[in-house]
Amino acid sequence: MSAPAELRLPRYRRDPEGTHPPLDYAGYRSTVLRHPKEPLIVLPHLLTEVTGPALGPGRIGEFDNDLTKGHAGEPQGQRIIVTGRLLDGDGRPIRDSLVEIWQANAGGRYRHTGDRWPSPLDPNFDGAGRTLTDSEGRYTFTTIKPGAYPWKNHDNAWRPAHIHFSVFGSAFTQRLVTQMYFPEDPLFSQDPIFNSIPDEKARQRMIARFDLDRTEAEWALAFQFDIVVRGREASVFEDEEDEH
Amino acid sequence: MPETTPSQTVGPYLSIGLPWPDGPDVVPADEPAAVRIHGRVLDGAGEPVPDAMIETWQADAGGRFDHPDDPRGPVASGFRGFGRCPTDPGGNYEIRTIMPGSLPGPADSTQAPHIDVSVFARGLLHRVVTRIYFEDNDNSGDPVLASVPEARRGTLVATKAGDGYRFDIRLQGEGETVFFDV
Repeated sequence: MSAPAELRLPRYRRDPEGTHPPLDYAGYRSTVLRHPKEPLIVLPHLLTEVTGPALGPGRIGEFDNDLTKGHAGEPQGQRIIVTGRLLDGDGRPIRDSLVEIWQANAGGRYRHTGDRWPSPLDPNFDGAGRTLTDSEGRYTFTTIKPGAYPWKNHDNAWRPAHIHFSVFGSAFTQRLVTQMYFPEDPLFSQDPIFNSIPDEKARQRMIARFDLDRTEAEWALAFQFDIVVRGREASVFEDEEDEH
Repeated sequence: MPETTPSQTVGPYLSIGLPWPDGPDVVPADEPAAVRIHGRVLDGAGEPVPDAMIETWQADAGGRFDHPDDPRGPVASGFRGFGRCPTDPGGNYEIRTIMPGSLPGPADSTQAPHIDVSVFARGLLHRVVTRIYFEDNDNSGDPVLASVPEARRGTLVATKAGDGYRFDIRLQGEGETVFFDV
């Protein structure tokens, strides 16, 4: 089959104003020297942008979705199961897609040489996990509820407990790194990273839901967190398919 | 319909969860045409950013993507096309890749060989996106470069350096890299 004279590519909807944080946010001091001051230039969605890496099973090890395993003993803290779906903005599941997480331990300490918070390191917890979504876009991690920790952003600053999530979607346009927060955290009001999201409803989408149905008796609590990456605009291809 | 989950910073400890030992290798170790692209990520004071990570995405030498949304049909190259490298304490990154091919653009135009780049870092609440072009290619007909003010186009062009190319990323200030709204 010869190449079409003009490429017809899927296009991705740009997210509404307020969905994502501004690059310059006074409350979060580290943005001061790191935000571009020139305006961003609109990049049309061409071949490079509508495709993306398909990072499959080759990246996953045996215990990568269970952060409580792989060590001599059990990690300290509250065991939790985190489940959810990776969806696009049209509600379609994104299958066989890499989901990566990293987090602090139960005492709010990261296994990183740069973390000087004098809460103990846990020899049985590294705080990194990976998994692939299944045919319905579902993922599951078993881990430990991370603790809150202080940082030096402002006077008496504390980060709410959170788990970092990284997803690829199925196109370069959909790449997303976010943080999952826990319900009713008393630290939200003073956290500039959480509050950098202008739209209150969008902010709420970063808070997991307590999931009693998925708790395991005498073993683990459970939280549910869906991640949504942007959707596609209706394409010429789909219109044609609808006519068949 | 579900609405998009907001972006958040990777924070200072992204190296716990994101980098891979083979992340900088876009092509296999025995690839004869491999080139090295290296550079630094710098902040508005010209200081290196040691807690950043770059990710790259590109076509193969024939300008093809191994992806179902490439309407020119599938390729079975085994070429990963994706690179990922955290910055070191000096703000340095590097990837090992091949020169991508030219690509069709809108309205019968041709895109010059390029690599899409995402930059993540502490202090970046949302990734920033740029493109790498190469000084020894003909970039004159590229529709994306043409949309960039002429005085700033140079920030998107990697220069020949040793066994590869140099591409510095300046997040702010003099010579600020062009970043795109994707």
